[in-house]
Order: sequence, then C-alpha cells, then structure tokens
Amino acid sequence: MAIWCPRLALDRWRQAEGCARGQGADADPLALITETAHGPRIAAVNDAGQAGGAAPGMMLADARTLCPHLRALPADPAGDLAFLERLALWARRWGPWAAMDAPDGLLVDVTAVAHLFGGEERLLADAHARFAAQGLAARAAIAPTAGAAWALARYGPDSAIIAPGEDVAEQLAPLPVASLRLDADVLLVLRRLGIKRVGDMAGLATGEGGRDAVQRRFRNRRSPAANPLVRLDQLAGRVPEPLLPVVAAEPALVQRRLLDPIRHRPLLDQVLADLAADLVRVLEARGEGVRRLELALWRVDGDVAVRRLELAASTRDGAHICRLFAARLDDVEAGFGIEMARLMATWAEPLALAQADLDAAAEVHGTSLAACIDRLTVRLGPHAVRRPVPRGSHLPERAQGWAEPLAPEPPSQHLLAFHTRPLKLLDTPERILVTYAAPDGQPRQFTWRGCLREVARAEGPERIAPEWWREKGSARLRDYYRVEDGEGRRYWIFRAGLAGDGRGADRHGAMPDWFLHGLFA
Amino acid sequence: MDLSSLPTAAGLLAPAATAQRWQPGLGREGVRVLHSEIFAHGDDGAGVAAALALALDDLRYQQEAGAGGVAEEKPVLWVQDERSLKKTGRPYRPGLPPALRHRIIHVAARGAQDALFALEEGLRCRDLAFVIGEVAGNPRELGLTASRRLSLAAEKHGVPLFLVRHDAARDLGSARMRWQVRSAPSPRGCWNPAAPGAPSWHAELFRARAHPPGEWILRNDRETLVAERPAAAIQTAAPDHGDLVPAAGAGSLAAG
Repeated sequence: MAIWCPRLALDRWRQAEGCARGQGADADPLALITETAHGPRIAAVNDAGQAGGAAPGMMLADARTLCPHLRALPADPAGDLAFLERLALWARRWGPWAAMDAPDGLLVDVTAVAHLFGGEERLLADAHARFAAQGLAARAAIAPTAGAAWALARYGPDSAIIAPGEDVAEQLAPLPVASLRLDADVLLVLRRLGIKRVGDMAGLATGEGGRDAVQRRFRNRRSPAANPLVRLDQLAGRVPEPLLPVVAAEPALVQRRLLDPIRHRPLLDQVLADLAADLVRVLEARGEGVRRLELALWRVDGDVAVRRLELAASTRDGAHICRLFAARLDDVEAGFGIEMARLMATWAEPLALAQADLDAAAEVHGTSLAACIDRLTVRLGPHAVRRPVPRGSHLPERAQGWAEPLAPEPPSQHLLAFHTRPLKLLDTPERILVTYAAPDGQPRQFTWRGCLREVARAEGPERIAPEWWREKGSARLRDYYRVEDGEGRRYWIFRAGLAGDGRGADRHGAMPDWFLHGLFA
Repeated sequence: MDLSSLPTAAGLLAPAATAQRWQPGLGREGVRVLHSEIFAHGDDGAGVAAALALALDDLRYQQEAGAGGVAEEKPVLWVQDERSLKKTGRPYRPGLPPALRHRIIHVAARGAQDALFALEEGLRCRDLAFVIGEVAGNPRELGLTASRRLSLAAEKHGVPLFLVRHDAARDLGSARMRWQVRSAPSPRGCWNPAAPGAPSWHAELFRARAHPPGEWILRNDRETLVAERPAAAIQTAAPDHGDLVPAAGAGSLAAG
C-alpha cells in the first residue's frame, strides 16, 4: 500500500496552529518558503494562497505581485522528515513493516494482511479515515508492487486497487509517464520524445526493437530513477526493488515501583544500584553501552526529580554508573518520599561483550600462549609475530620461511648435517672489501662496517649455485666461506660469482664482489 | 613478593667458599636467576649464542630437578627491536641449536617500547620456556624502572628472561646477573685445524647477586655448558670492548 500526503508540510503547520482547513489562520493566503541562492522560493502554499495565484516552485517575490497579502513562513523539511518517520512507525498498524518514501509518502507492506481489516477496500477506507482524523490529507492505493502502488496513489483514481491477478502494466497504461518515479531531466527527455503515458513507454519497451533502442539511449544510467526501463520492470515486478523499512529504536529503560516511599539516602542508593544492575542486563542483551543516562524519581506528591549524566565513553559498568550518580543525588528533595524510580539510557552506543576478569586471572596464573600471541599481534601487527619454518630450497635465505606463530610445522626434508649454518642471517648481505691471495682462493683480510679484520681461520668454499628455474640466467653462483677473525668472531661470507664468468652487472671481467651474510655463534 | 625466596644476609656471606667454586654450567646455587643481561658487541654473534647456551643450560637443570626429567617442549619467544634486527640479522633456523629449532616464535618489534611490551607479555605467559630479547643501544625507555618491571614479571611467573644488549653501555639495571660476552678464539678442530672450531665465548660476569664476579671461557660440550678459567695470558690482556663500553656508570642495583 502506498500512501501519499500531498499537503504534509501545510497539514503539519495547521496542526501546530490548531486550526482546521480553511479556517482561522489558514483562511488568509500563506506560503511556506525555503531560502535558495536566488532568494526565497515557495515550497508549499495553502488554498487561499493558491486561489490568489501563488503556486509551489514560484519565487516569493513573483507570488507577492500576484497576491500582495501572501504571508510567508519558513518551511521545516527536517521536521517534516521526522514527522514522516513517526508516521511510518504509526503506519505499521496496517502491515508488518513500513518504509518512508521521502518527502511526503509512505509504503506499507500489506501482503496477506487485508483480510484482517475485512478486505482491501475496507483497509483503504480505514487508512483514509485514520489520516483524516489526524487532519492529514492522504491518498492511498494498493497494488502488487511498490512502484504500481506509488503510481496509483499519486496519479490514479481515488482508492485504486490492483488485485494480484490483474495485469499491472495494462491497468497503469493511461497514467502519465511521471508516475514511473523518474528524475526531472529524464521526464524532460521523454516528453520531448513524445512519450506521455506509461502505456506509450510500455508499448515502446515491448515492441519490436524498441526495447533495444531505449536501452541504448539510457545505457549508462545505472540508477533506477534515471532509467525508465528499470522503473518499468520494477512496476511490473520483473526486477526486485528493495525497500528500507523504518525500525523504532526504543531506549533501554528500567524502572522500579517502590512498595513503601523512601525518604533516606542509603535506601535510594540501594534502589539505584538495583536499577543499574537491571539496566546493565538490558544493555548487555542488546550489545550496547550507555553514553547518556536519565534518572527520574517520582515523589508521592507527584513531583519529579530528574538527574542527567553523560559519559565520556560507552560503558556497561553498574558500579561506575552508581558512583557517578552518587554525587548528583545529594540535593534530591525527597519530600514525603519517593515511590518510583526510572533509569533510562537516552543515548546508547554499540559496545561488544567483553570478558571482564581476563586481566585479573592472567595476573594470577599467567596468560596462555594464544592470549599472549593475540596481545602481541594486536599491538605489533600481524606480520611482527611469526615463527621460522623450513622451506625446500638450498639457497640460504630461501631455506627459511615465516609462518603464523601457532601454525603446524610444514613437512620438510632435513638439512644435510655436514652443512654448518650461521646462527643469524642478515636480511640483505652486506658488502665487504676482501684481500685475497688468489681471486678464487681463500680470503686473507676483510673490511666490514669500517673495521679491518684478519682472517685467522677459514673453511671453504661451499659453492651454492643459483636456482636457475627461478632466477635469470645472469644470476651468479656463491662461494661461501666460514671465517674466524683474530679475536674469535665467526662470520659467513661469500663471493658472488667467479672471476671471468661473464655474469652479473660487470660483464667485462671485473672482480666479483664479496658479501657478509651471517653471524656464527 | 615472597620474602623467603630472597637470599638472607647470612646465606650471602657464609658460604663464600661454595660461591667461589660456582661457575656457569653448575646449575643453581640458591635462587634461580630469572633475569640476565648479556652485553655484547653488535658485530659479534657471541652475545645471542651465549644467551642461548645459558638458557639451554638453565632449562636442562630445571628438567633434571623437575619431575622425572620429562622433557616438556614449550615454545621460546625471541624479541628483537628494529635496530638489532638490522644490525645483527634474524635468527636463522638451520643454525639454531637443534633443541630450539622448532620452538622459536619471533617478534620483530618496531622500537624499544614495543620490544619491552613484547618481553613483558612473554614473561607473563605460562606456556613459554624462556624469553630472549635483543635491544640495541641504550634506549631511553629501557631505564631502571623498565628493567625492574621485567625482573618482577619474570620472578612472578617463573619465566626466565635473557636480554642481549648490543652495543650498549652498562647503564643501571635490575638484572640478577649481568654478563659481558665476546667471542673467544675457538679450539682447533681435530679434522681441519685451519677451520673455525666449536664456538666458544669469553664471558665476564661483572654483576651478580649471589656470586662474585669472574671471567670464564664458555663452550658447549655436546649437551652441557662447560666453563673454564681463561688462560693467564688472556686474563692479563686488556679486554677489548671497543670504545662503546665506557668504564664509568657500570653500577647495578642488583649487585646490592
């Protein structure tokens, strides 16, 4: 069911003024205006104003020339929207859910509901009567699809109903093309094309080659409001049209009626503690934490004392709430006694459930490994906490991979026991200057990090060829040496390539470079 | 803190003879040391190697003293800050002691503050065998307070911490044992005398609660840690700490 309130803004204003249509303040010409870049423009105008010549969309100055006594008041679109939202909630009396159709319409799902009201005609009559009782002008229509109901409510006959079995397109054919819920510029295009009725459009879309032509013209319009084909399909129910229903968010509220009026502070503190505990339970069920609280205390003589509290971060800690309220309750006048107390969370924010005593337990027993890794990962990032795992490669830096800390050990081939490997490996090998007796012989001295070191003992070379199946053909082999300097420090150094192998960056016989790759124990 | 776990004054003074005989590898005398600091040069793998050797020795002793020597293989947390990671490289699994290869969980912390956080979280974890930390230099965050926090966390939860300080001055710290470690020339192997032999380290215990300071040459002999007094020649030679370790400011509250 679609409901259209054509004069929503004016009806609201009249409700505020408390006068019926055409009487009291409404008897004089009146316009609701919005400020635009070019001056005030009329948003809505009452009957007297319309009789005087003013129309919505006119500039106020133009309207004043036609109707000099026109009274101008600012429109309130935000208030209208809020009112429409409340109206949508109220309209759920006719169906399980209702959606807003801003700025002045409602869509109510009445699928399989009409029999509760005695049929669709009686349902529509009920809706009209209820809206009239509220002082709102409304037109309602029922159709199988939201688009069809919308079109009927605005452009169709009064209280129009399309039953499920009937052909929607055929019923709507005489309606103007504006009932397709299209943007103004698309409507302009259609009008210039001579398409005036929904039936014209439908005939074009179903005719031979017509649909392709329309499709081509609107091929880059994705939005349904800009593409008449999509709207037409929605109207006929050939494509789905999701609607967003309005859901009421009730504030968390707990209250206690007291058997005996209380007059003393300790009892009030007890009541507050109970209320806070109740509220915490309610909030916990919703997964929310409270940001603003309102405590209302009803006295026997009908007076109400209200205390409000706002918190810096959403919380669900009852003791915390009590502690904060304790300072605000000192000046509450109990009079003959307080007979009811109500605690309401006027502002709540989502707050995930948390295990409260994890820290306390960890303090005593220590954390588990998984908890420890979680804490480290959260603070340091997922790539900071890893474990080394073996990998199938003979290149030293590729022989070790990094895996999740708690992942199972991957299967691997064991390293040959006669290969001695360093305790620590540098991420990138550092270049060193080496003195040697022969270009392919053992090193004698090397300079690393600006410090000259004698090679007291050396073992090598251990030749490690590049992985030709991954690397380029110009990759050089490495000759690794285990060396110990004069002070006993042990390093793993390598010579990248051989003299005269014609590879690497220096193709013309320059000497190969030396690198330091690891530190032995 | 449990007062009975603290050494009494008499206990510290009287068995001077046993304290004289103590050396690394002989296990515990009195209180188990749960926080050791090892100072080493950043170009030298000896600091980490000695820390691992001490840790494994402690673990071995705990298992012998524990229930029937059932080997419980708990993981090991290895925390490095960014500078020490750049300077001395990452732990390399094929070169690690075989008992530890599959147990390492490595944490690459950005700065010293993150490294300290990771160390403390590791010490609080009951499922870890021990925690190895590497911090380069003397960051401001690693002051006496932070050091004391680590000591207390280690002693509360019984997880030993071996903190390797690369290129650091001997600032204030509350570690129960503080070592200065550097590589020592390795013994000649019997198969290839020209090749580097089994690793050995020159370790100087300069502050400890229950032991007098001393110098040893440490070596891993198969499963056990062996300590020997350095030869007279090495002892008389001036220890080479480079110019990074000033003589002043080497005090420690732990020496008490």
